[in-house]
Amino acid sequence: MTAVTSPLGEDSVWRGLLRRPPAVGALIVLIAVVVLAAGADFLAPYVPSKLSIANRLQAPSALHLFGTDEFGRDVLSRTIWAGRISLAVGGAVVLVSALIGVTLGLMAGYFRRLDGPLSRLIDAMMAFPDILLAIALVAALGPSAFNVVLALGIVYAPRAARVVRASTLVIRELAYVEAAQALGVPTAVILTRHILRNLASPITVQGTFIFANAILAEAGLSFLGVGVSPDVPTWGTMIAMGRQFMDQAGWIMWFPGIAIVASVMSLQVLGDALRDLLDPRLARTT
Amino acid sequence: MSDAPLLRIEGLTKHFHLPGGRVVHAVEDVNLAIDRGHIVGLVGESGSGKTTVGRTLLRLTEPTAGRMIFDGTDVFALSARDMRVWRRRLQIIFQDPYSSLDPRLTIAAIIDEALDTRGLPKGRARRDRIAELLELVGLAADHATRYPHQFSGGQRQRIGIARALAVEPDFIVADEPVSALDVSVQAQVLNLLEDLRRRLNLTMLFISHDLSVVEYACDEIVVMYLGRIMEKGPSRALRADPLHPYTKALLASAPQPDPTRVRTHVPLAGDIPSPISPPSGCVFRTRCPIAIAACATRIPPTRDLGGGRSVACLRVGEGADHPPFEMEAHA
Repeated sequence: MTAVTSPLGEDSVWRGLLRRPPAVGALIVLIAVVVLAAGADFLAPYVPSKLSIANRLQAPSALHLFGTDEFGRDVLSRTIWAGRISLAVGGAVVLVSALIGVTLGLMAGYFRRLDGPLSRLIDAMMAFPDILLAIALVAALGPSAFNVVLALGIVYAPRAARVVRASTLVIRELAYVEAAQALGVPTAVILTRHILRNLASPITVQGTFIFANAILAEAGLSFLGVGVSPDVPTWGTMIAMGRQFMDQAGWIMWFPGIAIVASVMSLQVLGDALRDLLDPRLARTT
Repeated sequence: MSDAPLLRIEGLTKHFHLPGGRVVHAVEDVNLAIDRGHIVGLVGESGSGKTTVGRTLLRLTEPTAGRMIFDGTDVFALSARDMRVWRRRLQIIFQDPYSSLDPRLTIAAIIDEALDTRGLPKGRARRDRIAELLELVGLAADHATRYPHQFSGGQRQRIGIARALAVEPDFIVADEPVSALDVSVQAQVLNLLEDLRRRLNLTMLFISHDLSVVEYACDEIVVMYLGRIMEKGPSRALRADPLHPYTKALLASAPQPDPTRVRTHVPLAGDIPSPISPPSGCVFRTRCPIAIAACATRIPPTRDLGGGRSVACLRVGEGADHPPFEMEAHA
């Protein structure tokens, strides 16, 4: 067990991460992906939608590092731009699922009477296979980036809710919550000031995993044709489109595939490292 | 000191319902009165229901039955809304100084939360009050900006006391306030409580499993066993002349600082029975060295012996003392 951390634990969490080579590698990959996605306007060598039929299906070369697709568009530029959308969708899914999940989890964990009904609801949602539930929701809502975010947010909310409920059950019994109750502090303040703030660690860890899953699921949905519109470059749509030319121009799908694997693996590695670093502290304070 | 006690507990009962219809009889028919400015000690083994009594008084656990007349008002009958206003008159000091302070709040924020409930305006007055409270419990005003993990157990307990005092309560439940601390620190915190009691005329229910601590800190002692009161009386009288066999056993098991005393140690046999199925009649009879057949059928009534003493035992006052149960003799 590491030395006692500062109350927010940020210093020692950073130091702990930097002592773990896999976590450092994951951080570098993620920073690179984020920088590329954020700076796509400047960093992408070509305009991603620029057609050039003469140059269609060219293999990777000095001119087109990742080759070109069936319309002669630069795969490297498209991969960079697609990253922006994939990351944005992933991040938005984390926010939506955290919003729903934290609310449900706090209610279930703090109010004994709500625990039964809410836990059954959470279990019922988790009983559906993720991707099938997402497909059903997108089919019902209509395919758009917004609806994909909403659907995946709903799909992953139960995971956040479970973690939040379990931690809330522990924190609720701690003496400092009772002390606040004894002072007559309003319940809403106890929930936000005392419980939610102390849930930051498990929510961060779970958010990292949801982020990874959401990127993967968005790619899956787009690949299956129920995600964002095929005109919008995301890693999923690129693979879906490239599938037809798999034999002649595999690079159209390799590079977005590599981007997915690298991002998702890095997020998982980071999530594992964060869990290792934050959970013992959680165990100590509880 | 006024004549009427500050609070009177009548018939306090708490049952916890377990799945499968089983019932834990945590507290049964507890009657107690505490005078203003007094510290009453509540002692008993783990599982005796003493902590549950403390928690129900603040309605952190809702009582099953009973009344608590506090300054003329039945606190147990208050609505949730009225109770919120009343809460500041009743405060609690917790056993574990580590879990009783939110690790993510500064000391100032922790005490500030208590001051919030008093409606004290923010700003300079608040900061002054926080500094004043910290100094009152023997800490420095500049400790306010630190976090709980920067303090030792004893200091944390002082912060917990400052938080309880912040709302200027009339009555404080101290739930094993020193049992998590080192012996040397225990004395400091006990002295602080005694000092505060004198300066602020505090009324306190002091819960402990350690009779020597209670004896030191309290004016009166109440001995509980398996949810019921066995005996109560002024500290000195109870110490000098325990009447109930359970009190005698507790005293005999406490370490003695007097080397001239020869101890004939008669340990209590067995464990405290399960409060799910407490023994019939007197709950102590299964471990009592002087139990008779009648103890299994009659719940011993609490008899007032005068001088603030009372005892619930069929065998006490039968005439002769109980030779088989002499716990100590002077050498």
